[in-house]
Amino acid sequence: MASQEMEQLVRRDYKEGFVTDIESDTVPPGLDENTIAFISNKKGEPEWMLEWRLQAYRQWLKMTPPSWAHLDYPPIDYQAISYYSAPKRPEDRPQSLDEVDPKLLETYEKLGIPLHERAALAGVAVDAVFDSVSVATTFKEKLHEAGVIFCSISEAIREYPELVRQYLGTVVPQGDNYFAALNSAVFTDGSFVFVPEGVTCPMELSTYFRINAANTGQFERTLIVCESRAQVSYLEGCTAPMRDENQLHAAVVELVALEDAYIKYSTVQNWYPGDEDGKGGIYNFVTKRGDCRGDRSRISWTQVETGSAITWKYPSCVLRGKHSIGEFYSVAVTNGRQQADTGTKMIHIGEGTRSYIVSKGISAGRANQSYRGLVKVGPRAKNARNFTQCDSLLIGDQCGAHTFPYQEIGNSTATVEHEATTSKIGEDQLFYCQSRGISEEDAVSMIVNGFCKDVFQELPMEFAVEAEALLSVTLEGAVG
Amino acid sequence: MSDVQSEVQTFLDRLAERNARRGEEPTWIAARRQAGAARFEAMGFPNRRVEAWKYTDVRAIARGDFALASDADFSPATAAALTLPIEAHRLTFVDGVFSAALSQLEGLPEGVQLLPLSRALEENHEAVGGPLGRLTGVEFSTFSALNTAFMEEGAVLRLAPGTVVEKPIVLQFLSRANEAPVMSHPRILVEAGGRSEATLIEHHVGEEGAANFTNLVEEVILDRNAILTHYKLQEAALADLHVASIHVEQARDSRYTSFNLNLGGGLVRTDLITDLNGQGADAHFYGLFYGQGRQHVDSHTLANHNAPHTTSNENYKGILDDRAHGVFNGKVVVKRDSQKIEGFQSNANLLLSDRAEIDAKPELEIYADDVKCSHGTTTGQLDEEAIYALRSRGIDRQTARGLLTLAFAGEVLELVDLDAISERVELAVAGKLPERFNLAGLVEAAVALGDE
Repeated sequence: MASQEMEQLVRRDYKEGFVTDIESDTVPPGLDENTIAFISNKKGEPEWMLEWRLQAYRQWLKMTPPSWAHLDYPPIDYQAISYYSAPKRPEDRPQSLDEVDPKLLETYEKLGIPLHERAALAGVAVDAVFDSVSVATTFKEKLHEAGVIFCSISEAIREYPELVRQYLGTVVPQGDNYFAALNSAVFTDGSFVFVPEGVTCPMELSTYFRINAANTGQFERTLIVCESRAQVSYLEGCTAPMRDENQLHAAVVELVALEDAYIKYSTVQNWYPGDEDGKGGIYNFVTKRGDCRGDRSRISWTQVETGSAITWKYPSCVLRGKHSIGEFYSVAVTNGRQQADTGTKMIHIGEGTRSYIVSKGISAGRANQSYRGLVKVGPRAKNARNFTQCDSLLIGDQCGAHTFPYQEIGNSTATVEHEATTSKIGEDQLFYCQSRGISEEDAVSMIVNGFCKDVFQELPMEFAVEAEALLSVTLEGAVG
Repeated sequence: MSDVQSEVQTFLDRLAERNARRGEEPTWIAARRQAGAARFEAMGFPNRRVEAWKYTDVRAIARGDFALASDADFSPATAAALTLPIEAHRLTFVDGVFSAALSQLEGLPEGVQLLPLSRALEENHEAVGGPLGRLTGVEFSTFSALNTAFMEEGAVLRLAPGTVVEKPIVLQFLSRANEAPVMSHPRILVEAGGRSEATLIEHHVGEEGAANFTNLVEEVILDRNAILTHYKLQEAALADLHVASIHVEQARDSRYTSFNLNLGGGLVRTDLITDLNGQGADAHFYGLFYGQGRQHVDSHTLANHNAPHTTSNENYKGILDDRAHGVFNGKVVVKRDSQKIEGFQSNANLLLSDRAEIDAKPELEIYADDVKCSHGTTTGQLDEEAIYALRSRGIDRQTARGLLTLAFAGEVLELVDLDAISERVELAVAGKLPERFNLAGLVEAAVALGDE
């Protein structure tokens, strides 16, 4: 009884304005120009930003969702989504780890996630983020010394409007595609990184260490700019499975590399994939594109995709600068009823541009996944070079693996190669391992890790270790 | 009326004119014709937003106004020069109209039925009614619908079980340089009985300056253990428009080998599909295309592995010069539970000019796990080391490039059993090579070497 009274008291407090503006912290589901104006206002954005969002929204209205991907999902009701909600109040969250789904905890255990981080990841309302906050603060100082700007996109729009305005939307224009347009209209979170001329970012940047990053936004917008001769390595996501209330995620990531700049972007995506029947999983529709604007610039995408019910994601490189390089390393694992349609686009425009694509797909259970890639060589891209390797591994007879590589070549000096194989784990490989006393499950995990090695090598050290553990957890129960 | 509607209407008007002059027809044919027309009207011509036509613009066809040829007059001398120098059973069509004079149907072995579609319909239309349109229905594409609406002529080939046909069977399609362009909608039906074996050569050729539209639909049904080698040699004039939809159905242990050799035609689109429905069925798709000028050559292939223990193998090679545009789209689909599949696909392209373009898309769609499937595609230039090797033997650079280009094409041609065809194509390729390759004399030397 007492607790009920307490609760009522708490509620009454809100009505009386104990927390100011509580009414306006959420907007009802639905999307119109007012919602966008609300978001923009809430974020304290300048006028041009609102105008930019509205432009995107107006374009979005005229577009239709893409249907070409090899994915099967019911139509999304965009008016049923709430486009802005304030961070959860502590009392709405689980109060301790005991209230968290034991399955989730089991996974954390297997991944070897430190105890204090588990609570933060599960969204428990404890001061668990303290650790990362303090870490983040020391990091911030170091970055500041180097002249690197690393903050949330909202902060950047307020603090560095000129920089943001100069680059935002220049790689992924507002009307680029359906989900990019939606994101441009309503994005609420994301990161901004700016590395000035000649600076090599002193550490690997990660959203994980950014304050407030515990609640990753539903519509994230990331913009990374590297000036001439600057370098940065950026890590997105983390290996632990993340609980999220929002089913639809539509992020946009833009990378700009000027002359001799190098951007390395690594992603580990492990959103909730849904239950055994695929219900409730995250829909992940992401537009990622890097622009090698300067000569000899280089952009490298590395991704490990194990989560989400649906993944629709094609990190791309526009190789504009002469002798610029684009790279794409991907491991996609689908199990259960997951579906993934992912790949890359390499657009060769400048002379002597090179691109390298390694895609490893593992499909198990009743999952379906596709590699969809484009290599385009323009008429001016003399001596352009591409090599693509995409392999699929099938585990079980109910899954599917598909490859749809597009090649559009308009230059006689270009060399473009594509290779793809699809096979299952060899009986002889399994037998070999098992005859040496390795259990079937471990053997599968070993073979799969070997299969993905080319990509894991590209991951930053700490990610690589976690990724291997993650792979075996994801594929659990796929064999036998 | 929008452009799209008026484009479609032009064809529908032609159909109405034709129907008015047509006599009584069995009801099933009239019904199919109607279904075809309705489907065609509903679909309209594909634009480049349609995935299957992403790289091929058919406006040259859609905006055309093509009449239907009414006779099969063709100069015997010209025809003789165009005909493949090969001893064969032959059906000849001039702009889609059957020419008895240019055909060679005497001495057909027992068990072989080879006749023009019009006669097959006249004699016993019910026998054709069943299989015709079963594999390529009006739903397949705008062009198959259009073909169905206009179907009246073509070829029917039936092989009784166990029949082995020694001589190749040639279907010759001649295209005339008409004052106004014409269209034809040939329909080919092949029913190969169990254990039968034959070689079918489809030869598309014509007078220089011909600018006609051919819309071919071909259905090939192979019964158990049947073996068919199918050549499609496209040597039509550079303004000819050609769309072909070929659909093969393979029963247990049958073998189908296709050689799709594209040298001519302004716009050539081929859809080649095989359904591997019985265990042990085996399909081979080989292709060679050489594009120059503003030629557009589009090859779509699809191998449907519907049964376990089926194999497919594909190798397509393309050479593109000037402003030619090549498209290769190969697809292997492995159905659920179709285990123990082998599907291989390879495509290599050579660009000789900076304004030439190739769009390649090799696809795999796999729903079973015990499979071995792979595809590879490359586009590039001649191997510098190979050029160096030849130069170190005293061959100048240009000649070396010419020889290597020929050798590139040779990888497909060496699989051709019929010398008449492989030599003809090799010479044609050599003749097409840019002059800068300085080939005189060496071509013959190469051919002579091949003879030894």
